[in-house]
Amino acid sequence: MAEKLAMTMDGRQIEVEAGKTLLDIARENDIDIPTICFHEATTANGLCRMCVVEVEGQRVLQPSCIVKAGANMKVQTRSEKVIRARKTILEMLASTMDLSDAPDILSMMDEYGASHERFPDAERRESQVKDDNPMYIRDYSKCLLCWRCVQVCADDAQYTYAINFEGRGYETQIGTFFDKAIPETTCVMCGQCVGVCPTGALKPKREYLLELGKSPAEISVMNTGKKQRKVKG
Amino acid sequence: MSEFDLSLLKPALEKYISMGRPGLLPALHAAQNIYGWLSEPVAAEVAKALRVPLADVHGVIEFYAMYYNKPTGKNVIRVCADPACGLRDADGLLKKLCREFDVNPHQTHPELDLTIEPSPCLGLCDQVPAMLVMKGNHAIEDFGVDEAFRPISPVGGTLRMLTKNCGGETTSLKKYGEYSALKKAKAMSREEVVNEIKASGLVGRGGAAFPTGVKWEGALKAEGDAKYVICNADESEPGTFKDRILMLDDPHMTIEGMCIAAYAIGATKGYIYIRGEYPYIVPALENAINEAKEAGYLEDLDIEVRVGAGAYICGEETALFESIEGKRGFPRVKPPFPTTYGVFGKPTVINNVETLCNVPLIISMGSAEYRKIGTEKSPGPKLFCVSGDVVKPGLYEVAFGATLRDVLDMAGSVASGKNLKSVLFGGAAGAFATSEHLDVKMTFEDLRAAGLPLGSGVVMVFDDTRDMRDVLKRLGHFFAHESCGKCYPCQMGTQRQREILDRVADGNVQDGDFVRLQDVGWTMTDASLCGLGQTAASAVLSAMNLWPELFGADNN
Repeated sequence: MAEKLAMTMDGRQIEVEAGKTLLDIARENDIDIPTICFHEATTANGLCRMCVVEVEGQRVLQPSCIVKAGANMKVQTRSEKVIRARKTILEMLASTMDLSDAPDILSMMDEYGASHERFPDAERRESQVKDDNPMYIRDYSKCLLCWRCVQVCADDAQYTYAINFEGRGYETQIGTFFDKAIPETTCVMCGQCVGVCPTGALKPKREYLLELGKSPAEISVMNTGKKQRKVKG
Repeated sequence: MSEFDLSLLKPALEKYISMGRPGLLPALHAAQNIYGWLSEPVAAEVAKALRVPLADVHGVIEFYAMYYNKPTGKNVIRVCADPACGLRDADGLLKKLCREFDVNPHQTHPELDLTIEPSPCLGLCDQVPAMLVMKGNHAIEDFGVDEAFRPISPVGGTLRMLTKNCGGETTSLKKYGEYSALKKAKAMSREEVVNEIKASGLVGRGGAAFPTGVKWEGALKAEGDAKYVICNADESEPGTFKDRILMLDDPHMTIEGMCIAAYAIGATKGYIYIRGEYPYIVPALENAINEAKEAGYLEDLDIEVRVGAGAYICGEETALFESIEGKRGFPRVKPPFPTTYGVFGKPTVINNVETLCNVPLIISMGSAEYRKIGTEKSPGPKLFCVSGDVVKPGLYEVAFGATLRDVLDMAGSVASGKNLKSVLFGGAAGAFATSEHLDVKMTFEDLRAAGLPLGSGVVMVFDDTRDMRDVLKRLGHFFAHESCGKCYPCQMGTQRQREILDRVADGNVQDGDFVRLQDVGWTMTDASLCGLGQTAASAVLSAMNLWPELFGADNN
């Protein structure tokens, strides 16, 4: 049996197993903490800071996906500071990228009363859809830099190292070696990056084409060089 | 293409091959020295030699501002764009140079093989406006510079302990004298050395003010088959130039401090991580290391100089570790702390240059004598980098407890006929003071009570003719340029802050900008992952407090 310790979350005295993160504990106790970059299958990096909570005695807010429970810790998951940070992060996201394929984030924005127009005249991160392989497309206008694709491509799963980062700061974008097309990289088309993408920035090619209005029949012969099937009369 | 004649590269990479990934930054520097920039075949060759994935090599090149993956001149002139230089028309200098050589910023002059670009703070704030000429295949005279110029900074103050050999040429080992403090330390047990540093009350001088002895104790007690000592010489905080002077004028003091730290924790390998904007200091350091080696001081410590490549974030200790490991300079989540999990995951002590320079003093004179300098809570000597609108900008050494007025008087105060408007304390990540603070004692405790950070010892002075909106705009651009992009509050917040500060400077404030800027600022302060984001709004928020009218507070 794991060691138990006592702590307080949102005023509730709870007994928890040592070694668990504050996020684990919140979820076990039906306390809702929003997350964006967190994924059970990838290493938690504490990037999005949506899961931050206020821990008594700590100068700055703490990422609950990483910080582990401590004895007698007093945690507030919805303090004024926490709410301001989450709302502002959501508003900055909306002013930065295309959230149209990210329903979870859109509902977080509703919940926190975050405005889509909070930052007028903000420079957005926009880029052309990269359609360079038969498996998936990359639309970095929809990328919120959760890093999951880079992580699963590297040490968190596939050890393929086809993608990494371009630029830094606000100019950061996921990219390949000198912007090579995917088939010219080490990509093995495992599809794990597409599976962990939370915003539709990486999308199966078929889904993308369907959204563009192509019919399944048209899609099935694309890129194959075959003659289009005739409907039997 | 002869331009990418890889036969030149292969021998240059030879010595980095066995280093593997940790050799990536030095290997890229070596490659760029040959070709002027890092083209695809060159990057691929480096990747192959060091066995690093191609995409990762590209990611590293893209992270560091001084690596170029597009055609760039072998000769580069960098013109500082930060506040102290901004006061002396650095923008005009950049324009003048571009006009003279008929290029736009970031463009390359084909015959001269010359690229001109603006740069973040070059750490030359006492000799403004500053530019750095990095010359490859052309004589320096071709760029309108008379001769190779080694900065010699005015050094003054009421004490000359840390700076006793500073203010002139580089001090040789012969002039520095034997490492007597190291000798004394080695006659003590490791624990005794650590206890002496703890008893001295020395705290870090890089900005975070963490107790040095506590750090050392942690690393001494930590289990590890290897331990490291690192000198953080990535001095990049706008307005800071003390470490440049300490290393260039008296490199042995830093090296002796490192030797004592290494002995105290049992480290056998040390790094001096120096920013890429200080290339002219590297030979001085390497020469001093060789002198120390020949004198037998480095028998149980191997010191390697690592050169950064244009990334303020690498002054953050964990980002610096990542950089030494050959990666993008992303700060790590703490804990674990460096004392148990530092560079290569091993126990590491990382100290700032000025901090290390205090170490030989403490060991030589003993902690009790050392504590007689300064105040009870802030013992020791302290360096202040005074820049901006004073008569004699320079480096001033005083005992903790001197007032702001004292330090300004040493620097000749603001020119006659003008009045003090404000002082930026602690750098871009600092806060503004006004004439009301002139009698505040420059100690950790007094400054904290006054709501001012000591930071890295920056005292940047602005007279009453200055438009503070221009200063803030430069700070906004600095942080947007230097954010690593890892955590959302800083990645997007520095950009949104920059946009609003641009509007403020242009007099185009929009309804709601005041609260917007505050929300961005507090979100970065409260929720960012590392110290960069947590302080990226510090000066802005202090300015909003002092001069709300500048930000259109009436409109909100």
